[in-house]
Amino acid sequence: MGYRSSVEILTEWDIVAARQLGRNEAKEVGFGTVDQARITTAISELARNIYLYAGKGKIEIERISEGGKYGITIIASDEGPGIPDVRKVMEDGFSTSGGLGAGMPGVKRLMDTFKIDTVLGEGTVINATKWIR
Amino acid sequence: MNLRIPILKLNDCLIVSIQWELDDQTALQFQEDLLAKLHETSARGVVIDLTPIDFIDSFIAKVLGDVISMSGLMGAKVVITGIQPAVAITLIELGIRLEDVMTALDLENGLEKLQRELEA
Repeated sequence: MGYRSSVEILTEWDIVAARQLGRNEAKEVGFGTVDQARITTAISELARNIYLYAGKGKIEIERISEGGKYGITIIASDEGPGIPDVRKVMEDGFSTSGGLGAGMPGVKRLMDTFKIDTVLGEGTVINATKWIR
Repeated sequence: MNLRIPILKLNDCLIVSIQWELDDQTALQFQEDLLAKLHETSARGVVIDLTPIDFIDSFIAKVLGDVISMSGLMGAKVVITGIQPAVAITLIELGIRLEDVMTALDLENGLEKLQRELEA
């Protein structure tokens, strides 16, 4: 497991802290400006979802490498209500918060891989990875 | 940490340069401040320059889109300028369309565009 850093999400301010951490990590790992913006934006959306739907949770950023490739995995975890219908939240335009948040399909497009693990009543863990091209 | 975004008046336009990453509170405060300034100065146009901004998430995009619609209700036209390539790419990938929003490459072009719109 690579170097991991994290931010607890409890208030709106922690969303700012999480994306600043993500941007710094992305820069240090060697991502270009467009990928830095993608990663920062993805973290902001995931952190906001935690704040809006679970109340609290955590954003972790892990530096990863595999066969000479380097990248970053964002792990967004919470112990909130869980997602009842994952397929539905992955549809473009689906939102339960009245248009706030671009939703999961947007985050998926910004990243290379995207995985949701959710259990009703127990919480949600989202893993999203971006590799340096 | 409650920095207000300065709003400058130039003839019948307001000029705003967003210089740092917006947190939620600053973004919402800006919305109110801009509308209050429009009311106070009777300005007919606004240029919001985003040159230093290196990312925009869905929340900031919504606040911007809303403030443009709100300004429209008050009879003012808004031009957004200086969107960086990385910001344009991520906004579209994220699925955010700032439709019907007037944009220009930089402040100079933005002011010209606004003047033309106001004269039209």
